[in-house]
Amino acid sequence: MAKMKELAAQVKELEDELVTCIRCGTCQAVCPLFEQTRKEADVARGKLSLLTGLAENMFDDPDGVNERLNRCLLCGSCAANCPSGVNVLEIFIKARAILAEYKGLSPAKKLIFKKMLASPGTFDTLVEWAGKFQGIFTKPDHNAQGTSCARLVSPLLANRHFLPLAATPFHAELPEQGLRKTGKPLKAAIFTGCLIDKVFPNVARATIKVLDHHGVGMVIPAGQGCCGIPALASGDRDTFTKLVDHNLSLFDQEEFDVLVTACATCTSTIKKLWPAVYKNADSGTRDRLEALSKKTMDINQFLVDQVAPELGTQADRSPGGEVVTYHDPCHLKKSLGVASQPRQILKAAGATIKEMAGPDKCCGMGGSFNVYHYDLSSSIGNIKQQTIQETGCTTLATGCPACMMQISDMLAKAGADIRVRHPMELYAQFIDSNR
Amino acid sequence: MTIIRNAGNLTIVPKLLIGITNMTDPFMQGRIMITKSIINALTDILGPEYVFTEAEDMMTYSYDAAVLDPQMPGIAVMPGNTEEMGRVVTLCHENGIPITVRGAGTNLSGGTIPQGSGLVLLTGRLNQILEINEADMYAVVQPGVVTASLAAAVEAKGLFYPPDPGSQAVSTLGGNVAENAGGLRGLKYGVTKDYVMGVQFFDAQGRYVKSGSKTVKCATGYNITGLMVGSEGTLGVLDQITLKLIPSPRARHSLVAVYDTIDQASETVAAIIAARIVPATLEILDNFTIRAVEDFSKAGLPVDAAALLLIEVDGHPVVVSEEGEKVEALCQKMGATSVKAAATDEERDKIWAARRSALSALAKLKPTLVLEDATVPRSKIPDMVKALQEIGAKYKIDIGTFGHAGDGNLHPTILTDKRNKQEWHRVESAIEEIFDKALGFGGTLSGEHGTGIAKAPFLEKEAGFSSILFSRRLRSALDPKNILNPGKITGVSE
Repeated sequence: MAKMKELAAQVKELEDELVTCIRCGTCQAVCPLFEQTRKEADVARGKLSLLTGLAENMFDDPDGVNERLNRCLLCGSCAANCPSGVNVLEIFIKARAILAEYKGLSPAKKLIFKKMLASPGTFDTLVEWAGKFQGIFTKPDHNAQGTSCARLVSPLLANRHFLPLAATPFHAELPEQGLRKTGKPLKAAIFTGCLIDKVFPNVARATIKVLDHHGVGMVIPAGQGCCGIPALASGDRDTFTKLVDHNLSLFDQEEFDVLVTACATCTSTIKKLWPAVYKNADSGTRDRLEALSKKTMDINQFLVDQVAPELGTQADRSPGGEVVTYHDPCHLKKSLGVASQPRQILKAAGATIKEMAGPDKCCGMGGSFNVYHYDLSSSIGNIKQQTIQETGCTTLATGCPACMMQISDMLAKAGADIRVRHPMELYAQFIDSNR
Repeated sequence: MTIIRNAGNLTIVPKLLIGITNMTDPFMQGRIMITKSIINALTDILGPEYVFTEAEDMMTYSYDAAVLDPQMPGIAVMPGNTEEMGRVVTLCHENGIPITVRGAGTNLSGGTIPQGSGLVLLTGRLNQILEINEADMYAVVQPGVVTASLAAAVEAKGLFYPPDPGSQAVSTLGGNVAENAGGLRGLKYGVTKDYVMGVQFFDAQGRYVKSGSKTVKCATGYNITGLMVGSEGTLGVLDQITLKLIPSPRARHSLVAVYDTIDQASETVAAIIAARIVPATLEILDNFTIRAVEDFSKAGLPVDAAALLLIEVDGHPVVVSEEGEKVEALCQKMGATSVKAAATDEERDKIWAARRSALSALAKLKPTLVLEDATVPRSKIPDMVKALQEIGAKYKIDIGTFGHAGDGNLHPTILTDKRNKQEWHRVESAIEEIFDKALGFGGTLSGEHGTGIAKAPFLEKEAGFSSILFSRRLRSALDPKNILNPGKITGVSE
């Protein structure tokens, strides 16, 4: 009980943020999880009331609150639509960290985060080995999405249609000391991100091609680690902080104008969570994190707003172009307000955009949410899959590799003949074919 | 921690105290009441996934948007059909378990805060629109259907369901009927009670009662439907609602009129009504509200204006254009510095979405927000607005005013910090005076938020003791065990 009191005191530190919720319930209208379950504990208002309860030492143990708090996609739909401006995501992430530090991580998470993810070198090696052996357990689906599924019944993979690991990860293609290219007038540093590195290396290649095409200088430091969001979402603030340190010192050695990523989640994590959740930052580190946060930008936004404004004004290049529909990743639109630029890139790439119903509705991935709540994740993803198919498109584009994985799985399961691409891939393809 | 006891016709939203204010022993009563055998019986009826007993879930069903003291239920259930609902009610009747029905939990008077540690009946799975009848212009819905989704579904068929409470994006029709919810269109189109043609419900003994009709006229028996509307779950558990639909107005025209003083705005309201024009919506926002709303919505509202009127006229295109011009001229005549019409549907939607965010947006300004719902006859709006200004000056407090000026339903909102004891004392006195003023003008304690727990102790002041006694006798005759949402409307004691 004394320990619960201690926990209550820690949660109470969030009180100033918790009291901004006036329980109006507006979040029920936009929460993709609540739409499925209609349970108050699944929506932000309910979770905030549970945290208030925890701060008031209302519970015998924190397990029930912890379990409910983790049933959340962290999509930020609630925060983006909250009239009282409750900073829901930051509250949830901090609360997850407090609870994880109180309870300790599960052995599996400890192994994954502390032993593997926290050391980028080890993580890379392990994933490379997995990439070589994955064919033993899985078989390709031979579909538009390029997914695979389990050869045998596997409790781990269930009936997922997942994208296989790349035979060679992107970082293995880089020179040992990283990639450096001169250009004018801007120089961009590229943060690759795990999923692009290991599953979608083509997105990284396309990004380089596009920046090259526009004459932008670039630097891709070797030895990059994960942005830290998987650890943070599980409340492992230590591993998160370690990874931020690793990446920060890597990019601190370089000179560049803008840090770009082609991953919505990485961009949003670097911009918003690195400065906000870094543990015990001294003032020097805080300043460096703030400075880097200000310089960080989504690749689509960078291209349209800073590199080639003419892309933004272009009408469809070929009205009869391929019909593409665009899914707004939560971490791009709701977190960073980037929605028009990726569409402009697609138009510049010759696509005819046909909007789906609710393009900014969450795809249901939510990182580890998909791992622990696959059924719910799939029900939410299935809505997305249907709205995509209803457009009659042949390609779904989206600016987040995590969304690309989820949507590929959903489209594959539905047997849809629709490929999934990043806007950079389509734009690079356009540049190639018009050379 | 002190609890803000509700001071009458108010919904008090003490931001500092939000959440848990007085829950010294929240589970005791619940555990006494809900026995293992009751849990088992409910599980047999509903299946384990729809029966909730854990303390955490109970906490999430202990409050609504009124932010009075949360009160923990003993159990919560989510039935999936009429039969299950009936069996739950019967079981509660047999065991004397209080039932509080909960839709979206957005009401502002504590109507869904469960008293008596009983059962919370969730309508989340009862969310089907059962019928939209275009020929006879009605819809039959289950109680858990979200207001805005019915509005959208009928609009797609060229029909119109006008009641639009501020929370329509999440509020349920069952809750709207139970609270007799209002909205922005009350002036021309009325409120929920004007659209309920019939309800089917389980009474306190679990018997299925049908009332009303699908016909425009119906003169058989008591008007049970009328009695059920606004009964806040104290007379029965709603299962099906038949709602009247009307043709969609063919044209809509929205205006924003800007004023240098709030008096000019409120006098414009009276002038429009005196000119025999009935806009669909006629909303007033004072400077306080404008700034808060603009900060959230970025709808382009003029943050320097002392007051705005948001006006919408609708109907036949010819009438709309004529009335639009007349309203515009009236606004100018009464001193509006500018009158702007929404050029596109998006612009129009943005204005109304901004207005809808007013309450939550205001809550950001100061730690404590006190929201009033006192309503006066519409011709008394200028008097009420003046009275509010005088009261604010007299007690040296900030009163923000927004609301449905056209139908007399203002929402004076006091922004304060409860930690400042002296100021809080002045707030309490001001509240009392607002209340007396409204009744003095021939008004009511609540235009649309309902009685609930918040206003129950003060109902007598408006309606008199005989009215309370009549209500209590009616209630005890229909619900001798007092299991239907106890503590609401008529108070707790005979």
